[in-house]
Amino acid sequence: MPAPVTITQLSGRAIPVVGNDIDTDRIIPARFLRCVTFDGLGEHAFEDDRAQLKAQGKTHPWDEARFAGAAILVVNSNFGCGSSREHAPQALNKWGITAIVGVSFSDIFYGNCVAMGLPCLRVSVADSDAIQAAVSAQPGTVVTVDIDALEVRAAGTTWKGQMGAGHRQQFLTGQWDATSELIAGLEQVRSTAKRLPYTSAFA
Amino acid sequence: MSQRTLFDKVWDLHAVRNLPSGQSQLFIGLHMIHEVTSPQAFADLRHKRLSVPFPERSVATVDHIVPTENQARPYADGLAEDMMVAIERNCRDYGIRLFQPGSGKQGVVHIIAPEMGLTQPGMTVACGDSHTATHGAFGAIAFGIGTSQVRDVLATQTLSMSRLKVRRIQVDGALKTGVYAKDVILHILRTLTAKGGVGYAYEFNGSTIHAMSMEERMTICNMAIEGGARCGYVNPDQVTFDYLKGRECSPGGPAWDRAVAWWRSIGSDRDAVYDDHVQFAAEEIAPTVTWGISPDHGVGVGERIPQAESFAREERQTVEEAYLYMDLKPGQPIAGVPIDVAFIGSCTNGRLSDLREAARVIRAHGGKVNAKVKAFIVPGSEAVKAAAEAEGLDRIFTDHGFEWRHAGCSMCLAMNPDKLTGRQISASSSNRNFKGRQGSPSGRTLLMSPAMVAIAALEGKVSDVRTVLARSQARA
Ligand code: SF4
Repeated sequence: MPAPVTITQLSGRAIPVVGNDIDTDRIIPARFLRCVTFDGLGEHAFEDDRAQLKAQGKTHPWDEARFAGAAILVVNSNFGCGSSREHAPQALNKWGITAIVGVSFSDIFYGNCVAMGLPCLRVSVADSDAIQAAVSAQPGTVVTVDIDALEVRAAGTTWKGQMGAGHRQQFLTGQWDATSELIAGLEQVRSTAKRLPYTSAFA
Repeated sequence: MSQRTLFDKVWDLHAVRNLPSGQSQLFIGLHMIHEVTSPQAFADLRHKRLSVPFPERSVATVDHIVPTENQARPYADGLAEDMMVAIERNCRDYGIRLFQPGSGKQGVVHIIAPEMGLTQPGMTVACGDSHTATHGAFGAIAFGIGTSQVRDVLATQTLSMSRLKVRRIQVDGALKTGVYAKDVILHILRTLTAKGGVGYAYEFNGSTIHAMSMEERMTICNMAIEGGARCGYVNPDQVTFDYLKGRECSPGGPAWDRAVAWWRSIGSDRDAVYDDHVQFAAEEIAPTVTWGISPDHGVGVGERIPQAESFAREERQTVEEAYLYMDLKPGQPIAGVPIDVAFIGSCTNGRLSDLREAARVIRAHGGKVNAKVKAFIVPGSEAVKAAAEAEGLDRIFTDHGFEWRHAGCSMCLAMNPDKLTGRQISASSSNRNFKGRQGSPSGRTLLMSPAMVAIAALEGKVSDVRTVLARSQARA
C-alpha cells in the first residue's frame, strides 16, 4: 500500500456554484457514466447546467475565465444529493477541485469525498453566502481551507468551519483512504462473520 | 437488552471494531454489484494487488446500460459494450456470481436480490447505488455507497461508517382507493423535504406500512434516499416471512424456523428510543404528482402548483428554478398538464404488483394510449417479465398501445437507448425528477404511481386515477 498522504490545509483560488440541492445528475450527467475509468470526466462537470445557461445568454461559473484554475469550490446546502455516483466528486476533482466548502452535503457524496481525499468543510448559511460573495467580487483571492484549525481564510477574513472529529482526524493523519485500515482488521472481520446467525445458525 | 431499534441491533451485530478515525468497521452481509459503479473499483483492486476474501457474499447483475429492445451482443453502443465486457471479466476473475440477460435472473439489482431471497432481515446490505435503501423493506440495513467503498467491500467485506440517528416515521390508517405506496412516500418527502433525513435512518412503521405487501414496502424504502436518509427500513413481520418462504436463497428445512425466530428478535423493541418521531394519517394522502425538479416537489393531483412563498426561504431559489425549468406556473392545477412520454418501470415501481395495478386501471379506463404519447413498460427483472407474461399482462398493455420491453433500468436514468428528447415531459413511475435525469438535458419528469402513469398515458395529460376507478365501479 502507498504511504498515507496527510491533508492539513488546501489553498487556491475559489469558484462559487450557487444553489441548494444540486444533485449528482447535474454535477455529472448519466451519459458520461458510460466509462470504465474516471479519467476524462473533468471536462464534463456540470455540462448540462452550463449548456442551459449558455442558451439563456448566461454563463456558468465553470465557463467564466475569472474562475479558471480554481481549486476550492464554494456551494450552499445539500450539495451532491441524489445518485451515489462517485463520478460526481471525481469529475470535480479531475477538473481541479481539491476542497469543497458548503452548508451541508448529502451523506453518500460526503463519504465518497472522504474516500477520495477531497475534504468538505461545513460553514453556516450566512458564511457560505459571504464566501461566495467575496470570491465573486475578488476572483483572484487565494482561499485557504484549513482542516486542522477548521477555518476558511481569505484576504484577512476568517470563517469558522465544521467537520466531524473522525473525518478531520482521517485527513490529518492520512487515513482518509480507509482500505489499509480495514484490511488490518481482516482477522476480526472473519470472526465477526462467523458469529452472524445467517452465516452459521441458518446459512 | 431492550430499548433498541432494529438499526441499533443490526449495527451492533455487524460492528467489527472501532477505527482510529472514530468510525466503525461494519461487516456487510450482502454486497451487490452492477456495471456502472464497479469497473473502477475492480481496477483499483488489481492496481493494489488486493484479493476478494468473501466472493460468495457479492452478487452482480447488469441493469443500467442494458438496452430494453435489441439485446443482441455486441451492443450498438460501444461504451456500453465495454462496460459489459468489464463486469464479465471482473466477476470471472474474482469468482463472483453474475446474473446476465437471458439467464432468467437478470434485472434491476434492487429487484432481483429480494426476488431470489438474497435480501433477508437483520442483514447489512451495500451496493454502489443510492437506491440500495430498497432492501430495508426486509428489516435489513442497506446503504448506497460510492465506488471507493465498493472497492473496500470487495477487499474486506466491510465499510468504514458512522452510526446514524433513527427517525421513526409512523403512518396509520387505511389508504383510500387509488392511493398507493408511491403516493405515501411522495407525501412523506413533500412534508419532510429532500434534505430532512440527512444523518438519519428512516424507520417506517404504523398500521398502514405493516398492512402493505413486501413490494409496496420496497417502494417506500426505495425513496428514503430522496429524503436525504442514508437508509430506510421496516421491522420484519409475518408478511416478510411469508414473502421469503421457499425462495431460492432463503433458508430451508429446519433452518427456516431458526431463521424466523431470529428475524422476529431483531425488530425494534416496543420501548425503543428514537432520535425523532413523525406521524402521518393515511386518509390524508392523495394520489401525488411531482411538479418540480426535486422528489419533494410533490402535490396532490387535485391541488395547484404551490406558490414560492409557501416554501422555507432557503428553498425559494430552487423553487423558482423549478417553475422555469418545468415551464409550469405557481397556481396552475397539476391535473391537465399534457405529457409526451409515459414510463412504467424502475426499482421503485417495476415489480409484478405495479404492473398488475397498471393493467387493472388500463382496463378500467378502456381506452388506448393517446396518439401524442409514447408509452412503454419495462419490467424490473426477467422474472417479473415472465410472471407478467404468464398472466397475460403484456397483452393488455400492447392491446392498449403500450410498448412492452425487456428488463432493465431504462428511462429511470436513461443510460441505455431509452431517453426523452428535447423538452419532452414524461409521466414516470421512477424516483427522480432531477434536471436532465431522463436523458435529455432539458427533458422534464413528473413522478407518480404506475397507475397514475397509465392513466396519464391514456388521457395524454396528468389525470386523477380515482375518477377512472370510481367510474368503472359505478358501471360494475
Ligand atoms: S431503476 Fe433507476 S434508481 Fe433503480 S437502480 Fe436503476 S437507475 Fe438506479
